[in-house]
Amino acid sequence: MEDELTFSDIYGGRLALLRRYYSPSCREFCLSCPRLSLRSLTAVTCSVWLAAYGLFTLFENSMILSAAIFITLIGLLGYLHFVKIDQETLLIIDSLGIQMTSSYASGKESTTFIEMGKVKDVIINEAIYMQKVIYYLCILLNDPMEPNGISQVVPVFQSAKPRLDCLIEVYRSCQEILAHGKATPTSP
Amino acid sequence: MVLKAFFPTCCTSADSGLLVGRWVPEQNSAVVLAVVHFPFIPIQVKELLAQVQQASRVGVAVLGTWCHRRQEPEESLGHFLEGLGAIFSHEPWLQLCRERGSKLWSCKVTHRQVPTSPDAPGEDQVMLIFYDQRKVLLSQLHPPTALPDHQAGDATASTRGLAAVFDTVARSEALFRSDRFDEGLVRLSHWQSEGVEASIIVELAKQASGPVCLLFAYLLSLISAASACRVFKLWPLSFICSKLSTCEQLRHRLEQLTFIFSTQKAENASQLMRKANMLVSVLLDVALGLTLLSWLHGKDRIGQLADALVPVADWVAEELQHLLQWLMGAPAGLKMNRALDQVLGRFFLYHIHLWISYIHLMSPFIERILWHMGLSACLGLTVSLSILSDIIALLTFHIYCFYVYGARLYCLKICGLSSLWRLFRGKKWNVLRQRVDSCSYDLDQLFIGTLLFTILVFLLPTTALYYLVFTLLRLLVVTVQGLIHLLVDLTNSLPLYALGLRLCRPYRLSAGVKFQVLEHEAGRPLRLLMQINPLPYNRVVHTYRLPSCGCHPKHSWGSLCRKLFFGELIYPWRQRGEKQD
Repeated sequence: MEDELTFSDIYGGRLALLRRYYSPSCREFCLSCPRLSLRSLTAVTCSVWLAAYGLFTLFENSMILSAAIFITLIGLLGYLHFVKIDQETLLIIDSLGIQMTSSYASGKESTTFIEMGKVKDVIINEAIYMQKVIYYLCILLNDPMEPNGISQVVPVFQSAKPRLDCLIEVYRSCQEILAHGKATPTSP
Repeated sequence: MVLKAFFPTCCTSADSGLLVGRWVPEQNSAVVLAVVHFPFIPIQVKELLAQVQQASRVGVAVLGTWCHRRQEPEESLGHFLEGLGAIFSHEPWLQLCRERGSKLWSCKVTHRQVPTSPDAPGEDQVMLIFYDQRKVLLSQLHPPTALPDHQAGDATASTRGLAAVFDTVARSEALFRSDRFDEGLVRLSHWQSEGVEASIIVELAKQASGPVCLLFAYLLSLISAASACRVFKLWPLSFICSKLSTCEQLRHRLEQLTFIFSTQKAENASQLMRKANMLVSVLLDVALGLTLLSWLHGKDRIGQLADALVPVADWVAEELQHLLQWLMGAPAGLKMNRALDQVLGRFFLYHIHLWISYIHLMSPFIERILWHMGLSACLGLTVSLSILSDIIALLTFHIYCFYVYGARLYCLKICGLSSLWRLFRGKKWNVLRQRVDSCSYDLDQLFIGTLLFTILVFLLPTTALYYLVFTLLRLLVVTVQGLIHLLVDLTNSLPLYALGLRLCRPYRLSAGVKFQVLEHEAGRPLRLLMQINPLPYNRVVHTYRLPSCGCHPKHSWGSLCRKLFFGELIYPWRQRGEKQD
């Protein structure tokens, strides 16, 4: 079962949340970030090339132009492969764990899986980010030493940064699954 | 709680039979290791499982039945499978079923015991997790979970979570040894059932490694015995050896080679990786060294180098002489104290003259010496780089001497100035209490003290300038040497085998797992594919870094500046001999 909702991120950009309910114990949330805009790409490329042309007229060395082209290409590839995240997915499976995947614009995917035994809770927390106060969803991990302590806080949807309404949707579903997992005890 | 069944992908197309594996009650999960096909005799199956259990210390048991149907369910088969549940009793009993040619699976779990509470569900839900058996067998989890020692009967609850699955598969190698070409009593299906995987090269290498290790261990023991003899412990030789970085590098390499060729087998996976990393690093080093050797000895490059060396040393000395002439004049428009200036300048000029004479005395022998040093490149690129660093140190020995003279003079001056400044203010340093106390001086003490203070203050710019110039030169040389040592350190400590493994066989080094949800239909069990998440490169380097000589600067920037200001001698690259652990 799948449905798609539209939300906005903290800057006002459009985000699409795709929810998939596979079973009562397994749900997936897929948040798509706004794509790379042609306008900003053109602006950056033009400014780099203008600067290179300016240097070329100053120094009369054609290596500058080829270096500028090279830098633009390498920079764009590096940006797409290491920086620009297209989609962030949260897969929560009762009694197995929570998996977070970030897919980059070049197709690379980086995944982190946290086992359910380590997850203490999923909460929405506030943070001061630059000049704003934002809400973010995070996973609290157990501390093996202290039964009531927290060893780590793992933020989710770090590059999409959705607003509170989107986070509440995800939070409710996660809490349903976590409650479901805690309610049914381990079978003998 | 949902029951998790880990099913190997190689068995999804196998014929019907019994599911054999391990049940992990703490996580409510069943790890299926193999499928036993019909026809079989239950006694023989039980014997096989007992053998495997004894060999691998894993609680292998029959977990349930697997049914791969062709068309409609056959009634007799259904009853037969139910009956098997009575022969091989296992709690809970798993029944997996798949229609041939479709992706629809069905799973049923039955508990023998009556559920204690009436509202517990009669049948649990099942979640199917497919895993690639070969990859899970060969992979190593990072960070490694502390495994219980092998005497403890069954590997139990101390392996938490998914590490238990990896551990189970890795220990059950005894189960995977028979393939379908064996004339065994029981027919199994697992990842090696199409034929046991082996490599001729690996087998040959294993056979050859015994005698080769013995031979090398013997040779290395001879070398280390020779190097540990009493001659090297006598004062001049031991002092020189501790200062030269070449000796340090050779000792490090000898240690590494002894470790690689030791006749003991590696106890665990991390020791094996260390050995492999060291071996690859040594081989690469020697290969690069041989390339350098062939490049140096071709086209008479040694001769060219030797011919260029003496003029370069001359040029350095000439530039230093110009620098001193400039300092003896009016450097940067500053007015120096003429007498002190002349004394210091002439003193240093004489040193340079001596140095040049030595270089010219040595010049006929330089080519021979360089040729023999070039041969050392066959021991490795790192040894050549260490020799280069030592040659730079020797050639700039006069700069080091000047720095020491300048620093000592400056230090004395600063000490004198600070003590006389205290006198000027009517205080003195109390050695017993390690603090500044007030003191009443006589008039003549004050008079002489003030005179001396004035003299020292007016001589300060001259000394400070000489000190500054020579310290900068010394720091330049130290920076160059430091860069070379950094390169040597990098070559020594980079784990190339681990990086190569991460590049070519990423499943061997795993940071965890990742799941992918497969096609799902309502009413059917959830199917997931478990794949290995490889370790990122920076963690590979961090985990498998080889221990190196360690040439990190001992001082922080703050303490370095403080030492420079007070004229204390600095040795940023501490002699490694004193840092051995």
